[in-house]
Amino acid sequence: MTAALPLLEVKNLSKSFNSFQAVKSASFELYPGEILGLLGPNGAGKTTIIHMLLGLTSPTAGEIRIFGLDPSKPRQREKILRRMNFSSTYVAMPYSLTLRESLMVFARLYGVKKARARIDHLVEQFELKDVVDRPVRTLSSGQMTRLNLAKAFINEPEILLLDEPTASLDPDIADRTRTYLLEMKRTKKMAILYTSHNMQEMEEISDRLLFLHHGEIIARGTPQDLVARFRGEDLEDVFLKVAREVRP
Amino acid sequence: MKLHRISAMFLRHIYLYRHSLTRLVEIFYWPLLDLLVWGFVSLYITKLSAEKQSTPNFLGIFLGALILWDILFRSQQGISVSFLEEVWARNFLNLFVSPLTIGEYLASLMMVAVFKVVAVFLISSLLAWLIYSFNLFIIGIYLLPFMLCLVILGWSIGILTTGLILRFGQQAEVLAWGVAFLFQPISAVFYPVSVLPKFLQKVALVIPASYVFEGMRAIIFNQAFPAGHLVKAFGLDLVYLSLALLFFFRMFKQVRARGLLAKMGE
Repeated sequence: MTAALPLLEVKNLSKSFNSFQAVKSASFELYPGEILGLLGPNGAGKTTIIHMLLGLTSPTAGEIRIFGLDPSKPRQREKILRRMNFSSTYVAMPYSLTLRESLMVFARLYGVKKARARIDHLVEQFELKDVVDRPVRTLSSGQMTRLNLAKAFINEPEILLLDEPTASLDPDIADRTRTYLLEMKRTKKMAILYTSHNMQEMEEISDRLLFLHHGEIIARGTPQDLVARFRGEDLEDVFLKVAREVRP
Repeated sequence: MKLHRISAMFLRHIYLYRHSLTRLVEIFYWPLLDLLVWGFVSLYITKLSAEKQSTPNFLGIFLGALILWDILFRSQQGISVSFLEEVWARNFLNLFVSPLTIGEYLASLMMVAVFKVVAVFLISSLLAWLIYSFNLFIIGIYLLPFMLCLVILGWSIGILTTGLILRFGQQAEVLAWGVAFLFQPISAVFYPVSVLPKFLQKVALVIPASYVFEGMRAIIFNQAFPAGHLVKAFGLDLVYLSLALLFFFRMFKQVRARGLLAKMGE
């Protein structure tokens, strides 16, 4: 894994909101073809890290390099975001537009060539074909999540940031989504940063995990490493130990 | 009917006012503006009667003013309401994690504003002609630069309002509908600036729209084109637009530092 150069490098990244320190000196890398899981209880700092990587929140201290570029510089940020994408359960799409129209807007934003063919492929992939000409407001939460995922793949990103992407999917669609992510990782060498509260999913999909607690990375390694280090039965058991302040 | 349930719902709405200054201000805002605008209109009409002047073309003054005022309002709405639509749709984050730059985003909103203005202007002018036989085009070719002045002022107010909504969140949404009207009494839309009290006349000197509406009246009354008014309006517009953009970019930087951009999008 470490033979390749990292696509994303974070050094001593910190974020404070007044006196509250949301992220404390986090350092990590993300390599091509790797799925890195961010794990931790609510408020641990996972989403703040993702928002800093996307340039939505400016860091208080530390350094971020994505594709060797600095996202705090507007021109470099634009270049980075062309090759990256994001999906979250907590965001949606314009209600009055149809799925196809929404995806077309994002295809143009990302400068996707042959946008129609790309949209057709994604609609097929995420099983949205039957609803593609329906307004977004008529979608179920599961369909909305799949639409968000389709949007996240529109530019064939090299880095994908996913914030609880399967939270509102039924087990069948969630499993197919994981399979697709693993396929993208294998065939396209896509690097994925992933957060989820589904421990089984994290164990199944992640190559490495970062365990965050109170804004600090308190443990890192493969899922198997972490289970062994915390002497847990499985990742869920490890999560409970961390959330209840047990350190390795 | 149970009193405790009615009082619960009453409390639910009263609690809102406890936490939102903008909602509290809004209760008094609209009646005050109505009072000012219609008060000054009444003063204007009373003054004309007292001076026993020949009745001016009120149809032209009021309809023309109304249609031109709507240009300013739609231009502002084209920016701030289009922005709010992204917030309501929770699409905001998707846009700002794309390569879209903030400058490109504002430029697209300005285009939306122009699109709305053109559509509303054409329909209003047509209806005014069909229903009231009022032809706004009597102002002639000068209509275009006057319209452009109002569009630029609308953009400036829209960008300022959007900056405030970004900073203070959805509780500041009401500004999207209210801020433009703050300019209405001092812009002398339906009456000349001379009707305003002396201190408001001084304020009107720095409002670009006041020159547009004074110019429109000058053309309708005297058939004379007040080039000086137009130059002043454009000059002030440039100042307003520059200040609004500076304010917006400053707010954008602040909300990124405070993590509010992400919160607004979810």
